[in-house]
Amino acid sequence: MKTVKTIDARGLSCPQPAMLTRQALQRMSSGSLEVLVDSGTSRDNVTRLAERAGWRVQIHEQPDGSFRLVLEK
Amino acid sequence: MSSALRILTSRWGPIITGAVVGVVAPILVKQGNPGNMGICVACFSRDLAGALGLHQVSTVQYIRPEIIGFVLGAMVAALLFAEFRPRTGSSPLLRFLLGMLASVGALVFLGCPWRALLRLSGGDWNAIAGLLGLTAGIILGIVFLRMGFSLGRSRPAPQALGWVMPVLMIVLLVLLIAAPQFGRDANGKPTGPIFFSAKGPGSQHAPIALSLAAGLVIGFLAQRSRFCTVGAIRDLILLRDSHLFNGVVALVAAAFLTNLALGQFVAGFKNQPIAHSDGLWNFGGMALAGLAFTLAGGCPGRQLFLSGEGDADAAIFSLGMIVGAGFAHNFSLASSAAGPGAYGPAAVVVGLIACAIIGLTVREAKAA
Repeated sequence: MKTVKTIDARGLSCPQPAMLTRQALQRMSSGSLEVLVDSGTSRDNVTRLAERAGWRVQIHEQPDGSFRLVLEK
Repeated sequence: MSSALRILTSRWGPIITGAVVGVVAPILVKQGNPGNMGICVACFSRDLAGALGLHQVSTVQYIRPEIIGFVLGAMVAALLFAEFRPRTGSSPLLRFLLGMLASVGALVFLGCPWRALLRLSGGDWNAIAGLLGLTAGIILGIVFLRMGFSLGRSRPAPQALGWVMPVLMIVLLVLLIAAPQFGRDANGKPTGPIFFSAKGPGSQHAPIALSLAAGLVIGFLAQRSRFCTVGAIRDLILLRDSHLFNGVVALVAAAFLTNLALGQFVAGFKNQPIAHSDGLWNFGGMALAGLAFTLAGGCPGRQLFLSGEGDADAAIFSLGMIVGAGFAHNFSLASSAAGPGAYGPAAVVVGLIACAIIGLTVREAKAA
């Protein structure tokens, strides 16, 4: 089974969740990346960044109120 | 309602928020706030510090309802949209210190990033040096972030913690309206506990209801749109993302037009309201502020909006700004219209060194 790389950005302040995501995406031309965030702001920032770079983003709200974002290209 | 408000989380959110700030701030000036100071989180923190007796400069003491409105407006938005999430644990003591340093830097310039933009929109060209300094500070902050700087993670906290800052704001509102006085000294001067200026900038203010309403509306909009003046410049440089920066452009454009319409646009360097024309320290003060704001994750307005969402770390930063403003006046660090305070330039240098040490050494602690 293919392992999906995960970035856990929960609890980090702006702009770190977007920065970590950007660094990871710059090392991947395609594939799948999972990003965990725990605020609406980080969810929106990571989604905007990924979509601008041509990635599809699925947002899964978790029972604890955090978000699991699945980025695919 | 929620579908109509969804526009606030779109690309239009920061633009709408910026435009509203740009219209409202000059109106607040027209209604009594000091010149080019419709909104200034640093100046208002300083007035608040004075009103609470944390400094004794009798011309800058007032409990500014805009600050109260920012926190409570953001709280209402966060509650309505299920984003009220009490949290803490991301280096609160360092955030307090960064808040103090940001306050000192901003008071050497005489304005937070919001007021720098409003001063520019009112024709105060001294703001250009301030905004260049702000950008330099943000770039330095980005360098530290790229080198791995992090204040670490916050974690969910009990509900009660998230309510502390909103409740504090309600207490301030009560103190503003009640203005308790316990007595007078031998010279007839009020002994507090609350001090309000009889003259000077602290005595200049719009009606309480108007200031509070303005703060509430802006707080609500900014919580939804994540409006942040420091994030705007940071994201533009770091991520090539103009989402927040569009809001800053909207703010400047709207404030310029509103100032023109109200006859408040006066271009020049000299004799600008509550400003000095020492370019070096306008630059230096804001460089310190920009660096401290960037290390803490956002501009002073944003820190207040996050406080309203239950972010106790942002609340600590905001309280650090109030305490820092008190120190800035007690230690002759803050500037006046005549120029930088006696020890303002030295404080900027020390503050930049302190921020650099923080930026270079603070990393996320790995769990064992």
